[in-house]
Amino acid sequence: MEGIDKLIEFVPLMLDGFVVTLTVAFVSLAIALVLGLITATVKLSSSRLGRGVAGAYTTVIRGVPDLVLMLLIFFGGQIQVNNIGAYFEWDYIDVDAFTAGTITIGFIFGAYMGETFRGAFLAVPVGLLEAGYAYGMTKQQVFLRILVPQMMRHALPGLGNNWLVLMKTTALVSVIGLHDLVFRAGQAGGSTRLPFLFYLFVAFMFLAFTTVSIWALNWLERRYSAGVRNA
Amino acid sequence: MDFAPIIENYRLYLDGLVTTVQLVFWALAIGLALAIPLAILRRSSNPLVNGPVWAFTYFFRGTPLLVQMFLLYYGLGQMQFMIELSQGLPFLKSAYWYALIAFTLNTCAYTTEIIRGAIAGTPYGEIEAARACGMSKAQTYRRVILPSAFRRALPAYSNEVIFMLHGSAIASVITIIDLTGAARIIASRYYNPFEAFIAIGVLYFCITFALVGGFKLLEQHWFAHLRPREEASGKQKARQAA
Repeated sequence: MEGIDKLIEFVPLMLDGFVVTLTVAFVSLAIALVLGLITATVKLSSSRLGRGVAGAYTTVIRGVPDLVLMLLIFFGGQIQVNNIGAYFEWDYIDVDAFTAGTITIGFIFGAYMGETFRGAFLAVPVGLLEAGYAYGMTKQQVFLRILVPQMMRHALPGLGNNWLVLMKTTALVSVIGLHDLVFRAGQAGGSTRLPFLFYLFVAFMFLAFTTVSIWALNWLERRYSAGVRNA
Repeated sequence: MDFAPIIENYRLYLDGLVTTVQLVFWALAIGLALAIPLAILRRSSNPLVNGPVWAFTYFFRGTPLLVQMFLLYYGLGQMQFMIELSQGLPFLKSAYWYALIAFTLNTCAYTTEIIRGAIAGTPYGEIEAARACGMSKAQTYRRVILPSAFRRALPAYSNEVIFMLHGSAIASVITIIDLTGAARIIASRYYNPFEAFIAIGVLYFCITFALVGGFKLLEQHWFAHLRPREEASGKQKARQAA
């Protein structure tokens, strides 16, 4: 079949795209985790203003499609940044597709991660934290040494689901012109006139990525549940 | 911020809204209708029956909706039989149908798994009771398993409906003028992306929360028998405390 030769010919190009997809996925995951931890902490804090802002953030994200947010930040963000820049007399700041894409995806999944972490924080017995304070740990130490490792076990299933969805959402960055896997498949499919073959290839790349992620998540779940007896 | 161009072009937005609602409604309706028999097949212990259904749901749940849509819209154009077919059936040239088919298959895969999970959660005693009453397998499904499975599936299904609504925004990528497509036209014509996308963001937001509210009402209606009798229990507690 001539299609296979063409596919092999375009493998380097597709791998370039795959690297971009992976980078977008991991950078947005990092943003989402940080935002999620902040959101969860704020939501559980005693500050009414903070809770209100965090609540508005998660509600807005749940209500608006990801593509719309991405277009808003990519096209609209550029104009707003320029307006602010003109006011403060900054140099021209370019909001490129990578920045817009990762920020949008990180921002969206930060809200979902926040909900996951909030539930997980609540599942940690207060006695553990009190024990930490009794040993003379500071607030930060209790947070990093006790709360985070303990809540990870409860957060992992939700976190894993968010990660699987996040990965698929990265496909949207091709719409704003980032040269990811889907974009490259469009180029390769267009120049060889074999779009079906290349999109199918991309679909299987995503499936492989999903499958590997599920294995990794199962392993992590087992690791973080060490010492927990299963019924 | 200047929303005048958006108000001037409200017809475009309105048409886009109609297209979005139509696409989502038909995809969900057909997807749900196909998902019920598939979920029952997925429960079969014969690997030749449940295997293909598993492969279908694994593929459509494991790949991005955008890629599925491109696979159908651009990919099928490569096939000789599709070129011949679209000569006889001109509607096959319109992007709308490809988006609809992609959305339908996608939501069908997710819904199949949701219903499968709900069926698996049926208390076994109910099935035994149905058998003891002499119901056949089909009767058991129709009268006992499915009605209670639908109730259990409702919260997850309402999430799926909202995912589909949000996912439908990508139809604008293959030239369909849905709500997002309308905003993209306005944004490029007036160079006001901020206002154009915020306007549809608000619209999507309203539709989403109208749907969430609607599903809450449905849940209240169908879960009425499961609702704790608050007043009674409150009184009881008060008596216990006294």
